[in-house]
Amino acid sequence: MANQPIIRFENVTKKYSDETTVLDNVSFELERGKFYTLLGPSGCGKTTILRLIAGFIEPTEGTIYFNGKNINNVPANERQVNTVFQDYALFPHLNVYENIAFGLRIKKVKKDEIDRKVKEALKFVNLAGYESREITEMSGGQRQRVAIARAIVNDPEIILLDEPLSALDLKLRSEMQYELRELQQRLGKTFIFVTHDQEEALAMSDEIFVMNDGVIQQSGTPLDIYDEPINRFVADFIGESNIVAGRMIEDYIVEFTGKRFDCADAGLQPNEKVDIVIRPEDLEISTVDTGKLNVTVDTQLFRGVHYELSTYDQDGNEWLVHSTKKAEVGAVIGLDFNPEDIHVMRLNESEEEYDARLESYGASADEE
Amino acid sequence: MTRDLNLMERLPMKNNRLRSIYSVPYAAWILLFVLAPIALIVYYSFFDLTGNFTLSNYRNFFTSVYLQLTTSSFWYAFLITLFSLLIAYPTAYFITKTKHKQLWLLLIIIPSWINLLLKTYAFIGLMGLYGPLNALLEVVGIGKQQILFTDFSFVFVSVYIFIPFMILPIFNALDKLNPALIDASRDLGANSWTTFKRVVWPLTINGVKSGIQVVFIPALSLFMITRLIAGNKVITLGTAIEQQFLVTQNWGMGSTIAVFLILFMFIIMLFTTGKERGATGNGKNR
Repeated sequence: MANQPIIRFENVTKKYSDETTVLDNVSFELERGKFYTLLGPSGCGKTTILRLIAGFIEPTEGTIYFNGKNINNVPANERQVNTVFQDYALFPHLNVYENIAFGLRIKKVKKDEIDRKVKEALKFVNLAGYESREITEMSGGQRQRVAIARAIVNDPEIILLDEPLSALDLKLRSEMQYELRELQQRLGKTFIFVTHDQEEALAMSDEIFVMNDGVIQQSGTPLDIYDEPINRFVADFIGESNIVAGRMIEDYIVEFTGKRFDCADAGLQPNEKVDIVIRPEDLEISTVDTGKLNVTVDTQLFRGVHYELSTYDQDGNEWLVHSTKKAEVGAVIGLDFNPEDIHVMRLNESEEEYDARLESYGASADEE
Repeated sequence: MTRDLNLMERLPMKNNRLRSIYSVPYAAWILLFVLAPIALIVYYSFFDLTGNFTLSNYRNFFTSVYLQLTTSSFWYAFLITLFSLLIAYPTAYFITKTKHKQLWLLLIIIPSWINLLLKTYAFIGLMGLYGPLNALLEVVGIGKQQILFTDFSFVFVSVYIFIPFMILPIFNALDKLNPALIDASRDLGANSWTTFKRVVWPLTINGVKSGIQVVFIPALSLFMITRLIAGNKVITLGTAIEQQFLVTQNWGMGSTIAVFLILFMFIIMLFTTGKERGATGNGKNR
């Protein structure tokens, strides 16, 4: 029972009345007590998943399980799930105290217990003493906290967060990222966080689901997703990437830009066409002909921590470089990288196939 | 330097002068068509039939005849407002959920552009003994009924006439309601009824109040419909004023009733113009 996933989607499809498919045959499982992030561009279906779990909408096809129980027909008000809404959706006719007490009052909790719980929740979000404030008197960050307090006070099994930080300014946003992560760890609850901000997702999550066009493209830990993106979309969406077309010559040898390189990937067909990803921070500047590639520097931007160089090789491929070293615009420089910095992506490979391939050559590597 | 100072001083002064020019039409209107008539009414209310100064009109108002009139006026206005609200709220809610809400709203509003008297006469035709309504009743087997000149017909026609004025403010309030608030309420465990009671109703109460204002106050002083549809069986303060001025020529008493009517309206305004809680009002953050 304890190991049972708290949420399971089984072949869930959601179509709207005009036949647009927002979620296309999606299946996944969520474990209890983890911080999950649904990441993707707007319209990718991430909010739809959230609303399906909350119970605001019903799946067109497929089944949603909560603790192993089919909850397709359980209305939102009977689910042990609470939501922090994008624009907070705080009740403007109620003050802070009454907003937080709303759920408890509906459950007919005793007065002194409501009082205790509301004060506790306010303390939890660092808003002790704000009970009698009106919502309109609160700043954006404070409203955000009230919305979180209103959700956690009901002691739900899952807390859903729908882009809750998008309305905050940059500084407040990174502060709230720490706070949310810490809050989740203190509460030990399952958090499902929706965002289109990849940095936010990488910083906060135990596991990320990258979505596009109503389909989960890849799921995994932030590190997995950053280091081993499964396709062009994920590589492009998460962080900055240099993506070029290449060809797998044999195991551990790949060819791109007309040259052969050692790499760490295997298990593909000989001469198979692939996409190659190299992260900008993995490219090292060296002098001409001493690196693995020769490129011409096109532009250079100072980004604070590093310089961002846009460079082009002789084939016209762009190579983005993050370097602490400065380069001369217009100069030809060498770029160096290690075999493990090359990430090979098979075209149209699904997540299961990718995992299976990784396992198979991981196992064969052990045998050698 | 001095020139700059002059300019600085002149600017707000110029603004003030402009503002006072803009306010002329408003001030004239208020003076001529609001304050002066009220003053005249109050003045006339202190004279009896023969033109002598008296307080007897006010004493008379507190006799059983006029008190009864007042109660009956309030009772009918209450019924008309209640039925308007009962029909208007669900209707407004339904319209906000439709695809072409402005069109559906317009269809409801259109009849209010037709002259009141015309509409009233139409109802006389419809509800008369030989009208289509009675013909229908005969076909169904109920037989001819006296519909015109009853309490029912009076309230029915009044509700029909007032309903657009009730729907409009309620529609506006419902339309402005942030749908995420309803999701939030459901999310926190409230069923549909509790959501309505604790979220939708309190956030649209100001629309309801404006609706009540624009229905109840005119309903208090109805006189044409009472005459034409209710056949003077229903006598309201409005009818009484008309009778005093036109039939008995007792301007003093008529003015006194009008003074009280104005007082009642003022009191109703006080009760229905509540302060909105929170500056954002209807629940849209920002």
